[in-house]
Amino acid sequence: MAHAGKPAEASWTGRYPDLGTGLVSYEDSISPEFYELEREAIFKRAWLNVGRVEQLPRKGSFFTKNLDVAKTAVIIARDMDGRVRAFHNVCRHRGNKLVWENTPKHETSGVCRQFMCRYHGWRYGLDGQLKFVLQEEEFFDFDKADFPLVSVHCEVWEGFIFINLADEPSQTLPEFLGPMVRGLEGYPFHLVTERYAYKADLLSNWKIYLDAFQEYYHASVLHSQQQVPSLRSFESGFKAPYYQTDGPHRLVSTGGWKGVPRHLLPRDQMYPIEPNIEAGLMGPWQRPDIPELDPANLPAGLNPGGLDPWSISNFQIFPNFVILVYERGWYLTYQYWPTSHNTHSWEMSYYFPQSQNASERIRHELTAVISKEAGLQDAGTLDGTQMGLESRVIDRYPLSDQEITVRHLHKVTENWVQSYLRAEKAVRA
Amino acid sequence: MSDPSGGPLLPAEFADLEPFARRWCLATEPARYAERLNSTMADMEAFYDAAFGRVRDAMAYLDRFPLQELSATQENLLHLVYSLIMVSLPVEVWHQPRVIDSGTAYFDRYLEPAP
Ligand code: FES
Ligand SMILES: [Fe+2]
Repeated sequence: MAHAGKPAEASWTGRYPDLGTGLVSYEDSISPEFYELEREAIFKRAWLNVGRVEQLPRKGSFFTKNLDVAKTAVIIARDMDGRVRAFHNVCRHRGNKLVWENTPKHETSGVCRQFMCRYHGWRYGLDGQLKFVLQEEEFFDFDKADFPLVSVHCEVWEGFIFINLADEPSQTLPEFLGPMVRGLEGYPFHLVTERYAYKADLLSNWKIYLDAFQEYYHASVLHSQQQVPSLRSFESGFKAPYYQTDGPHRLVSTGGWKGVPRHLLPRDQMYPIEPNIEAGLMGPWQRPDIPELDPANLPAGLNPGGLDPWSISNFQIFPNFVILVYERGWYLTYQYWPTSHNTHSWEMSYYFPQSQNASERIRHELTAVISKEAGLQDAGTLDGTQMGLESRVIDRYPLSDQEITVRHLHKVTENWVQSYLRAEKAVRA
Repeated sequence: MSDPSGGPLLPAEFADLEPFARRWCLATEPARYAERLNSTMADMEAFYDAAFGRVRDAMAYLDRFPLQELSATQENLLHLVYSLIMVSLPVEVWHQPRVIDSGTAYFDRYLEPAP
C-alpha cells in the first residue's frame, strides 16, 4: 500500500501531468538499439551547440568538430563577410576528411583563406565554394559550381553557435529554444570570455551524466565535503527551491545552502582557503565591477522563480547542452557528445570576465579548481551507475520530486524517438 | 619554470618560498594536478604550511604589475599560488591527494588563460 509521501498535486512534478509520477525505466541508456534511434531522432534533428563566437575571432577563423553520434564531422568557419557557417568536413572529390590535424580523429582550429584537401589538393573557399581543382581539364562534363562543400544549418544565439543536421529543421533556433531558455537573452556573455576548457571520456550513456548534474538531491551526500564537517547533512539534505520546464528544456535554480550564499557564511563554516583568497565554489566573493553583471541589469528570465537570495540557474537545453549561470558574475557550460550507447565525450567550460590583475585571476583559478573537483565526484558515479543499469536486475526506478529534471529528460527523449518512429512509419505507409 | 642562470626563481620579497619553487612553479593546471597526484600528503602539507600565510602578500605584490607584463620571477610566483590552490583541497578537504569518490574520472584542462 502507498505510504504517505508527497501528493502529486502539491509537487513540481504535478505541474506537468504528462510526466506522471510512476517508476522510470533507463532502458533508453543501456540499449544499443535505442541509441541508434536517438542518433536519428534527436541528434540529426535538434539544434546542437558546438561552441561560441569567441572561438572565431576574425574572418577566416575556423574550428572542426567531430560528431560521432551523427557519424559526421563539421567545419565551423567565419567567412569573408563575417558570417558564421558550417559544413560537413568531407571533400567532394573522393570523400576524404578535409580539415584535420595529426590524425583525422583530432579536432583542430586556425585561420585560413581556403581549405585544401590533403589528398589531391582541391581547395574550397570559406563560403564552401570549390575554388580549385588540380587538372580540372581531365574531368568530364565538370563544373566546379556543382561541387561546393555540403553545408549544415548554422545559427548564432547570444554568441552560442548552433548547428542542425536536418535537411530542413522543423523549427528555427529561437523557436526551438523557446521562451524559458530565451529568458537568458541580454546576459552579457560577450563580456564573460576568460575561458577554462576541459574534456573527458566517460564510461556512461550521455543522459546518465546529464542526470548527475541536473538534480541537487545528491548534493548533500555525494558532495558532503563541500560543507565543513560540522555542517554535513546526511539526514535532512538539500532541496532546490525552483524548477521549471519548457518544451524539451529544463531549469533548476538554487539560492545557496539553506538560503545563505556561500560567501556570507560565518568563517568557521568555510575552508581556510576560501577567505584567504576570497573565492570558492560559487565564484569570487566580489562580483565583477561590470554594470551589465549587476543584478539590477540582468534579464528577469535568468532567475524566473524570483529567488532571493539567488545563487545559480541551471539551464538544461535539450538534448546535450547546459548553461549554468552563477550570481557571482560567471557561468559554465557542459556538452555531452555520445560516442556509443554507454560512452560519451564530455566538455566543460568555465567563463569569467577577463582578469584585470593577478588577484582576479587567482580567484578564478580557485573557483575553477574547486568546481572541477565537485565535477569529478559527479563523474565518479557514472561507470558504477551504467554497470548497475546494464545488469538489468532492476527495470523500474523511483524518482523524487527533487528529480523532476531526470524524469523530464528521459520522457522528452522517449517522445522525440516516438515521434520520429511515427513519422518514419507514415512515410513508409 | 626555468632559470638557466641558476639564480632565484621568485622575487626577492618571497625568498622564503624558494625551497618550494623548483617543484611547484608549474605553468599549467594539468602539470599541477599531476604533481599533486605524485605527492605525499607530507609533501603537500609542508608546502601548504609555508605558503598559505603568504598568499595575500603575493596577491598584493603581483597586483602592482600589469598581469600581461609580469617578469619571469613574478610569473613563477603566480604559478606557485596556483599550486597552493591545487594542494589546498587535499590538505583542507580530502585528506588525500585524490578527490574522494571521484572513481575513474579524469578531466583534462586543455585550454586556460595565460598567465
Ligand atoms: S579527396 Fe579531396 S581532393 Fe581528392
Ligand atoms: Fe554534483
